[in-house]
Amino acid sequence: MKFGILVNEGPYNHQASDSAYQFAKAALEKGHEIYRVFFYYDGVYNANKFGEPPTDDRNVTRNWQKLAEQYKLDMVVCVAAGLRRGIVDSTLAEGFRISGLGQLIEAGIQADRLMAFGD
Amino acid sequence: MDEEFESGVVKKFMYVNRKAPYGTIYALEVLEMVLISAAFDQDVHMAFLDDGVYQIKKGQDPMSGAGMKNFSPTYRALEGYDIEKLYVEQESLEERGLTEADLLVPVEVLSRADMAKLMGEMDVILGG
Amino acid sequence: MSTLHTVNKSPFERANLDACLGHALPGDAILLIEDGVFAAMKATNLAARMTDAAKTFKLYALAADLKARGMDPANVVDGCTVVDYAGFVDLAAANSAVNAWL
Repeated sequence: MKFGILVNEGPYNHQASDSAYQFAKAALEKGHEIYRVFFYYDGVYNANKFGEPPTDDRNVTRNWQKLAEQYKLDMVVCVAAGLRRGIVDSTLAEGFRISGLGQLIEAGIQADRLMAFGD
Repeated sequence: MDEEFESGVVKKFMYVNRKAPYGTIYALEVLEMVLISAAFDQDVHMAFLDDGVYQIKKGQDPMSGAGMKNFSPTYRALEGYDIEKLYVEQESLEERGLTEADLLVPVEVLSRADMAKLMGEMDVILGG
Repeated sequence: MSTLHTVNKSPFERANLDACLGHALPGDAILLIEDGVFAAMKATNLAARMTDAAKTFKLYALAADLKARGMDPANVVDGCTVVDYAGFVDLAAANSAVNAWL
């Protein structure tokens, strides 16, 4: 089965991104496909390359990067939501790409299920 | 447009609005999703329930005092994008002392039970 | 056609669970995650309502979020099934749509 994942909140402030990550990881480990992970609203902050949490805590951005690398995930940051919040090419972490909101709608159409995680 | 856009797949999308405008950005950014989805020829529904009914209350003026952009005129522009399926929950209006006359855009008012049934028919449900 | 509903807010802070229970259809699945898991505990003043809800809906709570908060999975209300993330994935696959009550 193909899942689309929508992340609506930034890392750390809210559990949404952690939940989305755990769900995506479990789905991939069960042999499902993740069509795309889309970051919207404050969710774009997950792609901030300057985030540096204390070393005894998880690094949410790095978790996503590692998962994306292992499973060749398509991780898309909304261009408009990113511009509003300063997540642009120069601040974007590796493994993420910036594109339009149409990529979310497309994921809704192409994926069998669209999973939203937010506040 | 990408090839996928022409896949011919038409799904029932519902944008569920349950949050008031201005206190958080969700209402505004849901509206941006709705406008984009118009380009994909999907069967788009917008539902307003709980505090979401405040999004379409007449007379919003966030600019003069609160210093925020008034995006409420956009709801009236949705018709121009062929987004005409707007549903408001009767109970949510009543709980807040509002009636259909307080709303800035034509809507279909549904009971909570009918809203629940309609939600059950959707393929993709997005909110904020 | 059935829907998986997810609720991630504590019922003691926000009305998301009420909204979900008011709109889910009989036979739908409701999964409590994040702070939503507190609603699954049988010692709360919601327990009777949740036990009742579990008769109309399929009620689940996410093990990881119970454990994170010191909630014993053995103490959830009757009719509530505790699932892990793999179970969450199965529920999403088994229902035809997913409605996150954010």
